[in-house]
Amino acid sequence: MSDTGTNYGEIVKNGLWEQNVVFAQMLALCPLMAVTTSGTNGLGMGLATTAVLVCANVLVSMIRQVVSAQVRIPVFIVLIATLVTIVDMAMNAWLHELYKVLGLFIALIVVNCAILGRSESFAVKNGVVASAVDGLAMGLGFTGALVLLGLVREFLGSGTLFAQASQLLGPAFAFLEVKVPGYGGALLMILPPGAFAALGFLLAGKRIIDRKLAARESARAAVATA
Amino acid sequence: MNLDAIREKIGYQPLLLGVVALLASGALAVVSDATGPAIAAAEAKDLRDSLSEVLPVGLADNDFLKDTVEVQKDGKPLTIYRARHGSEMKAVLFKVAERGYAGDIQVLMAVDMDGRTLGVRVLKHTETPGLGDKIEIKKDDWVLDFNGKSLGEPTPEKWGVKKDNGVFDQFAGATITPRAVVKAVKGGLEFFAAHRADITG
Repeated sequence: MSDTGTNYGEIVKNGLWEQNVVFAQMLALCPLMAVTTSGTNGLGMGLATTAVLVCANVLVSMIRQVVSAQVRIPVFIVLIATLVTIVDMAMNAWLHELYKVLGLFIALIVVNCAILGRSESFAVKNGVVASAVDGLAMGLGFTGALVLLGLVREFLGSGTLFAQASQLLGPAFAFLEVKVPGYGGALLMILPPGAFAALGFLLAGKRIIDRKLAARESARAAVATA
Repeated sequence: MNLDAIREKIGYQPLLLGVVALLASGALAVVSDATGPAIAAAEAKDLRDSLSEVLPVGLADNDFLKDTVEVQKDGKPLTIYRARHGSEMKAVLFKVAERGYAGDIQVLMAVDMDGRTLGVRVLKHTETPGLGDKIEIKKDDWVLDFNGKSLGEPTPEKWGVKKDNGVFDQFAGATITPRAVVKAVKGGLEFFAAHRADITG
């Protein structure tokens, strides 16, 4: 496939909604559940993952001609692990304040199967630009899912929204932080069972929206044929 | 011979893996080399910042990161930082750890020469977010309750959380975490009392 015939709109739509890492592909649920105790954590993990995803997609796409099918998996894993380690060290050195908030999650990105998944299913078959767009769209779709789940759990569990966002993004973002007065939060939502419950409801919600969209589509098709 | 045919050769696979591994290690070595000094500097700054946080402003004028002594605690060497003003020793700083609800809680404490705590900070913990993390100074000022406490004040049996008839607050839904911190600080004070000569000498 050449870059010229690529439908970028389709790639972006797939990444954000149709093939969303979490809501459609059900990948990367482990980091998803682990870090989404607050919207801020979700955002930080999502952005770091997006950065690695874009870099991994670009690199894999660049070397796709020389990598043989038999050894592609170890090659990709070495690439991804190297990228994550470089991001980890660079953040520790030059963005030390951010690293103190996110440091724990960075190493987790290696085991995020979504990254290997995109290398395998997209970057190895597509051009560099298309792969970069795909990585960005998939990453942002993942970030969206992380932030959404984080916000739901944080709101129900702690009664806050984007708590400590200014620690991650800088003091200018302190306006994001919301605290519900007089609500202490339901602890269950912060603990692992809350992650499963909240994710279940979000998945059901996406199913409902998809079904409504499909019904509207078929109704329109029926009108068109009539 | 074109690329497709070369790619299928048996010798090509290990060669490719080897080259990729070599390039990856090379890249990591370069990045590690480039970031090493910056990371070491950032970590030293972190240590200095956290040590300074438990030490009242103006108490010491020496570089206490350099004025250290190692004393055995539970069979392991513990680094003790000594804060001096002029030649007079004012306080010592060291880390203690105690098992909390979910893993070790690392506590940094400063003790003055009379055996009173000057400050306590939790450096690292894996307690439940939203419950146990109130031991962090960022989330709650609970940890400031330790300031000025010594082994005699409160009395040893009052060194506990209120649930255990002690003087320290527990948090709603989390007793094990504050209990562990109280135990850690008390252990630190006892360690200082027992090894005072080694530490100041």
